[in-house]
Amino acid sequence: MKKYVEFKNHQREIFHFQLRLVVSIGFVLVLLAILLVRFVYLQLVRHNYYQTLAESNRIAIVPIVPNRGLILDRNGVVLARNYSGYTLEINQNKTTDIEATINELSTLIEITPKDRKRFKKLLAESHDFQTLVIRNRLSDEEVARFAAQQYRFPAVEIKARLFRDYPFGAKTSHLIGYIGRINDADFAQLEDSDLAANYRGSDYIGKTGLEQSYESDLHGTTGIEQVEVDAGGRAVRMLSRTPPISGNTLILSIDAKLQEIAEQSFGNYRGALVAIDPNNGEVLAFVSKPGYDPNPFIDGIDTQSWDELNNSPDVPLNNRALRGQYPSGSTIKPFMALAGLNYHTRTPEQTISDPGVYYLPGSRRQYRDWKAGGHGSVNMFKAIQMSCDTYFYGLATELGIDNIFEFLSRFGFGKKTGIDLEGETSGLLPSQDWKMKRYQQIWYPGDTVSVGIGQGYSLVTPMQLAFATATLANNGVAYKPHLVKEVQSSRNSESRFIAQQPLYDLSIDPKQLDLVRRAMVAVTQPGGTAVYASLGAPYHIAGKTGTAQVVAMKQGEKYNAKNVDERLRDHAWFIAYAPAEKPQIALAVLVENGGHGGGTAAPIARKVMDYYLLGKVPKPLTEAEVKGAGEHD
Amino acid sequence: MTRRQLWQRFIAHLDRQLLLGIGLLMLTSLLVLYSADNASPDRPLSQLRNIIVALACMWVVANLPLHYLMRTAVPIYVLGMVLLIGVALFGEISHGARRWLNLGVMTIQPSELMKIGVPLMMAWYFEKHEATLTLKNYFIAALLLLLPIALIARQPDLGTSLLITASGFYVLFLAGLSWRVIGGLFVAGLASAPVMWSMMHDYQRRRILMLLDPSQDALGNGYHTIQATIAVGSGGLIGKGYLNGTQTHLDFLPERTTDFIFAVYAEEFGLLGNLILLAMYSFVVWRGFIITSHASTYFTRLMSGSITLTFATYAFVNIGMVSGILPVVGVPLPLISYGGTSMLTLLLGFGMLMSIETHKKLVRS
Repeated sequence: MKKYVEFKNHQREIFHFQLRLVVSIGFVLVLLAILLVRFVYLQLVRHNYYQTLAESNRIAIVPIVPNRGLILDRNGVVLARNYSGYTLEINQNKTTDIEATINELSTLIEITPKDRKRFKKLLAESHDFQTLVIRNRLSDEEVARFAAQQYRFPAVEIKARLFRDYPFGAKTSHLIGYIGRINDADFAQLEDSDLAANYRGSDYIGKTGLEQSYESDLHGTTGIEQVEVDAGGRAVRMLSRTPPISGNTLILSIDAKLQEIAEQSFGNYRGALVAIDPNNGEVLAFVSKPGYDPNPFIDGIDTQSWDELNNSPDVPLNNRALRGQYPSGSTIKPFMALAGLNYHTRTPEQTISDPGVYYLPGSRRQYRDWKAGGHGSVNMFKAIQMSCDTYFYGLATELGIDNIFEFLSRFGFGKKTGIDLEGETSGLLPSQDWKMKRYQQIWYPGDTVSVGIGQGYSLVTPMQLAFATATLANNGVAYKPHLVKEVQSSRNSESRFIAQQPLYDLSIDPKQLDLVRRAMVAVTQPGGTAVYASLGAPYHIAGKTGTAQVVAMKQGEKYNAKNVDERLRDHAWFIAYAPAEKPQIALAVLVENGGHGGGTAAPIARKVMDYYLLGKVPKPLTEAEVKGAGEHD
Repeated sequence: MTRRQLWQRFIAHLDRQLLLGIGLLMLTSLLVLYSADNASPDRPLSQLRNIIVALACMWVVANLPLHYLMRTAVPIYVLGMVLLIGVALFGEISHGARRWLNLGVMTIQPSELMKIGVPLMMAWYFEKHEATLTLKNYFIAALLLLLPIALIARQPDLGTSLLITASGFYVLFLAGLSWRVIGGLFVAGLASAPVMWSMMHDYQRRRILMLLDPSQDALGNGYHTIQATIAVGSGGLIGKGYLNGTQTHLDFLPERTTDFIFAVYAEEFGLLGNLILLAMYSFVVWRGFIITSHASTYFTRLMSGSITLTFATYAFVNIGMVSGILPVVGVPLPLISYGGTSMLTLLLGFGMLMSIETHKKLVRS
């Protein structure tokens, strides 16, 4: 019986166990099914997605920075170039104590206090994960010395880089400008203009001058290297490479030698000169004195040098040619004369009597002529030749400010010339509207009188005056002034030419033009205010002198240069074009505190024209020339 | 004895089908390890040594008569418990967990021993009380399970404690624990989840949370899962080819010779490779079930069933964890992941299966 029960139990037990076993197999099948579904989902349904993830995981895009375009003068002389060299750079993320790293480094390689200061400035301005330059232009010996000790400096690396160099230094500083490290503001701007991608890997960007205004041409297109990387980011092998495209070459209309001569001709004077080919608007020389050496700016100038430049009373960083605003003085007279003829206010023959002083009708206020006692009987020709103030006081009054404003605007006064540099100022051509807006005052007749001789409210830049002179020289056909003549593509040898077409034609009556132009030639002939300017010249020069007052004279007071502090002396102007019959060069020269235009500014203009027209290199300046022995306005 | 007889004697207690399945998986292990270790023979050779040692131990166990096997249950279990208590008191801390015991000559991980020891002890206990099983016996068996589990979970070693829980539960299940109790336990388990949660260590919680959204912690805990999932998914239908897995060979896959070796395999051999791998595992599990169904005693039925189910669970948990459906719990892929201890534990289990299969005729006769 018992055996039977046990047997039955055994049977039942086996049956139960087999049942549990079947459930177990079912359980395992369920697990199997779960995995299968998961595999199909991952490896078939979502395969493309994970494929992409795996690809992007292993492929890193490494930017290859293009070589920056060169800047050449019209004859191929290099004004901005690249050369290769070594820098010592610190990766700020790989070290916790930058100061200690630099100290240790300085036991190996000379690091000047200037280098340290510059580095600190870079550190303050740096964005994200840049490496920062601590030393530039390492010598081969220094490279070798560091390479042997590199293991001690995990955060420091030697980099072979292309450096930007400006061989003409201060002579072309206001023209070429400079590049500098991309700072946060630059970066934000690049992002706004969707250019950030093309600047991946780039450390530099044009900051001023042509380097800035032609940045898009000079920078080039960043290349891309696709490399396979491991999880640590180390490159394992290269997959593909899109080579970078170097920046385009700028060929300037500037003549480097002419630029150099113009620059040197200033001697110790401060000032500006802009020379333009009136036939096409090409700028031949563009000088702002003093200049500054742009080279230290590239990798961040140290604060001390920066302060020196910034606080110098000579303001070398100010681009006088482009941004300096001065009263035009008498250089405005030829344009005023044209306005008089245009509105038939005066006929060429009409004469006035100049007693040396001008009174507005019904006013006792004196407007003095620069020449005590006056010029006697004066017509338009003589008024320009001798720069008679009284004539133009009267002319301005008769024209009225509205006509003056309208006519001078045509020559570009009060407007930017649109030269291919950024930061140009527009000078000031006053009008009734302007005065009301600016001072909430009505325009007085007395305001017009000073405008007639380029004083009062009116202000011009050397650039504007050169542009107006060029337009006058070209019979009223204006070309947009430009420094870059040609942009040579680095992709193919094709060139893009800048500003080939005239901006506008003022359609001035040739008879009227003829009178003014003849009078301007007479300025440089005996009896004119700038006789010295054309002495011995084998070509005719048309010019006009000018003096811009720095301090206003009181009624009845007489200006005497000897009594005035040098920096308060008048600024000297000279505008000219030559040869007078068929002008090839037009220019405006400003000499700050130079006194009289014929004395200091005209000789500079003459040297520039002599070189440009005759190829004559001027002798070094004599003592007398440096001082400037001017006679009259 | 002739050489042939000697050979017959040597292989008498080896189950050929089981050996075939195990052998294929081991060959796969050597193949994948070679790739996972960037085509260096170091790991595969070292693994081969592990395999040979483990196979030798398996042979010994396979040749042990069943009553010997049963007799080892209590000593192994007691030794395991002593060592576990030793770990809790004097264990070495590594990676924030106290799992190893330094015995002077060697360091051991007693929890590995309990992977065999716990089901063995429970099967032995059920065999002892086979004739008069009541609910009380199930309760005592469960206690035998819970004591070591508590100690291992405290170390903390969530993966191992869960797997031992599973193997013990399989014994209870196969021993005929009533469905009502199983249902009750299931409900109780769900209800106690919040309590478990509060008892968990931070890193354990993070691993579970991370599973819900790996991208939340892409550089931390999620990194393993994300990179492994990318590897599996990018393998596609036929894989990137042997030695061509980019995730593997460019160092994106962490722990790719051990816990995450499946990602290497799946990346290089694709869905087809995965099906073959699952087929190999299924073949071993199938053979395990066949042996279980042949098993002649209560003890051997429970033991072989538990070993088989545990083996299947190991494979599922590892593959599930690598392909992103289970939390990362540190369970190796059975027979394929690099490592001597887990290979030895597994082959001891297979040795028991072989012993159960080949000694049953003797028992019957």
